[in-house]
Order: sequence, then C-alpha cells, then structure tokens
Amino acid sequence: MITVQPNKKWQGALYSAAVVLLVWWLLAWLVQLPIIPSPVAVFNNIIEVFMSRMEIHVWYSLVRISAGILISLLIGVPLGFLMGYFDRIDRMLSPLVYFTYPVPKLALLPVVMLIFGLGETSKLIMIVLIIIFQIIISARDAVKGIPQEIYRSLQSLGATRIQMLREIIIPASASEVLTATRLALGTAISILFFTETFGTEYGMGYFIMDSWMRVNYLDMYAGIVVLSFMGFCLFTIIDLIESRISYWR
Amino acid sequence: MISIRDLSVAYQGNLGETLALDKINIDIATGDIYTFIGPSGCGKSTLLYVLSGIISDYNGNVTVNGRSVDPRTQRIGLILQNYGLLPWKTVYQNTMLGQRIKHDRSGLDDYSRYILNELGIEDLLQRYPRELSGGQQQRVAIARAFIMKPDLLLMDEPFSALDAITREEMQALFLDIWQQHSVTTIFITHSVDEALYLGRKIVVLSDAPGRILEVVDNPCFQLDNLRFRDEYYAMSVRLRNILNKG
Ligand SMILES: Nc1ncnc2c1ncn2[C@@H]1O[C@H](COP(=O)(O)OP(=O)(O)OP(=O)(O)O)[C@@H](O)[C@H]1O
Ligand SMILES: [Mg+2]
Repeated sequence: MITVQPNKKWQGALYSAAVVLLVWWLLAWLVQLPIIPSPVAVFNNIIEVFMSRMEIHVWYSLVRISAGILISLLIGVPLGFLMGYFDRIDRMLSPLVYFTYPVPKLALLPVVMLIFGLGETSKLIMIVLIIIFQIIISARDAVKGIPQEIYRSLQSLGATRIQMLREIIIPASASEVLTATRLALGTAISILFFTETFGTEYGMGYFIMDSWMRVNYLDMYAGIVVLSFMGFCLFTIIDLIESRISYWR
Repeated sequence: MISIRDLSVAYQGNLGETLALDKINIDIATGDIYTFIGPSGCGKSTLLYVLSGIISDYNGNVTVNGRSVDPRTQRIGLILQNYGLLPWKTVYQNTMLGQRIKHDRSGLDDYSRYILNELGIEDLLQRYPRELSGGQQQRVAIARAFIMKPDLLLMDEPFSALDAITREEMQALFLDIWQQHSVTTIFITHSVDEALYLGRKIVVLSDAPGRILEVVDNPCFQLDNLRFRDEYYAMSVRLRNILNKG
C-alpha cells in the first residue's frame, strides 16, 4: 500500500499555502485597490486584532461547528449502523433518507428560524441537517460493505450483538465514517458562515460580514484567513484521527 | 456426542438454490477425532458452519450432547479455511479473541505461551494480519482455537498453507495437544495422508452435493513411523478408491 509520509503531507500543505499567498499577493499588486489588500497587510492586521477583537468570534464558531459535527456523529452513526446491520430498518428508513438528502437544506433556514428562533439552536440544527445525511449514508454503507465472512469467527464464539458492534462494526467502519465527516466539514463551514450572518453578534461569519459593512477590508480578509485556517485545523485533526485508527490497513 | 441426522443444507444464490450437503448422518463420540475428506465444493466447510452455529438454516437434526448447537453455551474452537482473523487486531489480540468474547481473564498464561511458542508466532504478537504470510496467519488462527481450550474443535484444512516440514510439525503438535485434552475434533482435509495421520475414523464425502460415501475405521491412527508402513500404503489405496468411485 502507498502511504503518504507525514513529512510529505506537511510539505504539500506548505507548498499550497505558498502558491495561494503568491497568487493573492500578485493580484493585490496588479489591482492596487483596497478591496484586495496585500497578504502582508492582512497578516499584520491579524496579529493586531486577533487578541483584542477576533478571539471570541473564533471560539463561538469553533464551538458551533464542533457541536454540530459531534451531534451529527452521535445521531448519524448509530442510525447508519442500524440501517447497515438490519435490512428491515434499512428498508424502512432508506426511502426517507434518499428523499430528504437532495432537498437543499439551506432553503429550510427560514422555516428552522421561524420554529426555533434566531439563536444557537437554529444554527446547530442547520449544520446538523446538512452534514448528518452524509454521515448516515457512509456509516450504513460501511457496515453493509463488511463481508459476511468477517463475522464468522465471532459467530462461532457465540458473540453478542454488542460484542459484534465493538469488535467488528466499529473498527471496520470508523475510517469511512471519518472520511465522510471530513468531506462534510467543508459544507459545514459554509453553512456556519451563512447562519452566523443572522441573529448573532458573535462568530466568524458575523465578524467578516460586519467588517465588510464597515468597509474594513483588512479586518474582513483577516476574518476569512482565520476562518479558513480554522477549517484547515479541523480537517487536519480528523485526518490525524483517521490515520491513527486505520493503522491496520 | 455429536449427532447429525439427515442434515441437508442449501445455499440461496442468485442462480437459485445450491444443495451443499445431502442427508448427512453420523455420530461422533465425545473426545474422538474424525477426519473428513472429499472433493472441493462437496460441502465440508458448510458442515463446520452448521456445527459452529454460523449456519442455522438447515434441514435435519444436529445435536451436541443432546442439545442443539449453541455457540454461546458451548466452547467451539473453529479454524476457518480463510483463517478468520480480524484485520484491525494484532496477532496477540487475535489469538486472545476467544478469551475476550467468553470473558475469560486468563490472558497470556503458561499454556497460551506454550502454544504460541510451539506454533512459532511468539515474535509476531504485535503485528497486524496484513503483515503476515499466509502460513503465519494460519498459525495465528490455530493458536486462537487451541488457546481457548474448546470442548469442540472444528478445523477446516488448518495446515493447507504450510510447507511440508512445518505441516508435519504442526500435525504432531496437534496430536500432542489432542491427547492431553482429548477434545472432540472434526478435521477437514484434502489430503489422504493427513486424513490417515490424524483421524481415528475417516469420513469420505462424495462430490457435490456432499453425501457420506463411507466412514472408515483407521488402523493407522497413532502408529509409529506411520508413513513407512504397509498399513499406511494399503489404507491410502483404499481411500483413493472410495474417492474415485464417488
Ligand atoms: N454463499 C454461498 N452461496 C451459494 N453457494 C455456496 C455458498 N457457499 C458455498 N456454496 C456452494 O456450496 C457448496 C459447498 O461449499 P463448501 O465451501 O462447503 O465446500 P468445501 O467442501 O468446503 O470446498 P473446499 O474443499 O473447496 O473448501 C459448493 O458447491 C459451493 O459452490
Ligand atoms: Mg472448504
């Protein structure tokens, strides 16, 4: 099996960051407009405003997105496992999942806000609504993909359902579920941004939109960079956990 | 005692039903050792699945000591043809799987250490199955079945992936352990030689769907220098004849 060396991975990340910064810097230099400040100015600005004005927004966003992912996993994974393991449950729930999966959940935002208000609940529900389907489906497919032969040793030992779950289903599907989570993360961050532009005065979404309204482009870009970096960190954490638990592959 | 009455098993495939076993009847006394020999696809593995509770959808009657097969109350040591190792567990965790599922807390005691040593896998304990050769994986599967001290030992061509020398060592080791614990054993093999060396009785199965052609008493069982004796030669000719006619 080909594995990417950890070093190589980091080199790749650095390389892409360098390319992005270079293009950005070139653009800024070509355009010479306040709407595209140079990366140097933006990074200086981050250093300046992070502790004083930005940190609290980072925390709000971080908590919201982590909670969203966690809740989606806590509900989605057991549901997916049940659907994957018991055909009857799958036949009952699959049509429901397939029917709701392609509905553009963002369009439901007004409804969710109407029912749950403008506060944290709505924001969480939106994030969960959007990523939980990917998690349910990937957990289900992972369990369905476990070959019947794998269960035989445990069957001959008279293992209980719980033991099957612990010894086979969880380890066999963990990495697929995490991959799905990692993919869902991108969407989750866009949703987070969107929901934070309403009904809150905290969060990176608010920070970026507020800076934009105040025509403070340096702050706006600082917000975008920090939000992207936050996404990158979450992505990397899930990636690390995933490689930790799939050492055996 | 294992008692099998009119056992028939059919698989439901997408091309319809395949009959794998056809009206099998046999009794196997507690503590005895039977080798089963038969052509590929005649249902030998299927028989072990029935006896280990993996397949519960069959026709006929199968009882172990008067009760129907229940892997939760019986200790069944099953060595699967494809080893049945869990790829996310190390060799050590795989060999201890029986203990873990049965909630034994004995861990790495003298007996299990002895088994691991004799099987030559004591240096591989921290590896994962994908880091082992086929023969090493097979020995891990054997270790797992032996270490759990089963009441019923079901072995599906357990030495097939081993070289000739290792195989003969393992056969001797197996006989040794079997004598110490005299556990009821069903041993599946392709090899006439192995059937003669390890079986007190030899069950010869027909082509698919498997029927019992003959149950042969094996006079060669536990003879010294078996492979150089006339009895051995006579018996292998006899077995081959039964197999060819079936
Ligand atoms: N899941 C399945 N679905 C349909 N048919 C099956 C299935 N598993 C096995 N069979 C068929 O049942 C018959 C018996 O299979 P089994 O694996 O018990 O044979 P075997 O005697 O162990 O063969 P071998 O010596 O090659 O291991 C074969 O003809 C096979 O094609
Ligand atoms: Mg077989």
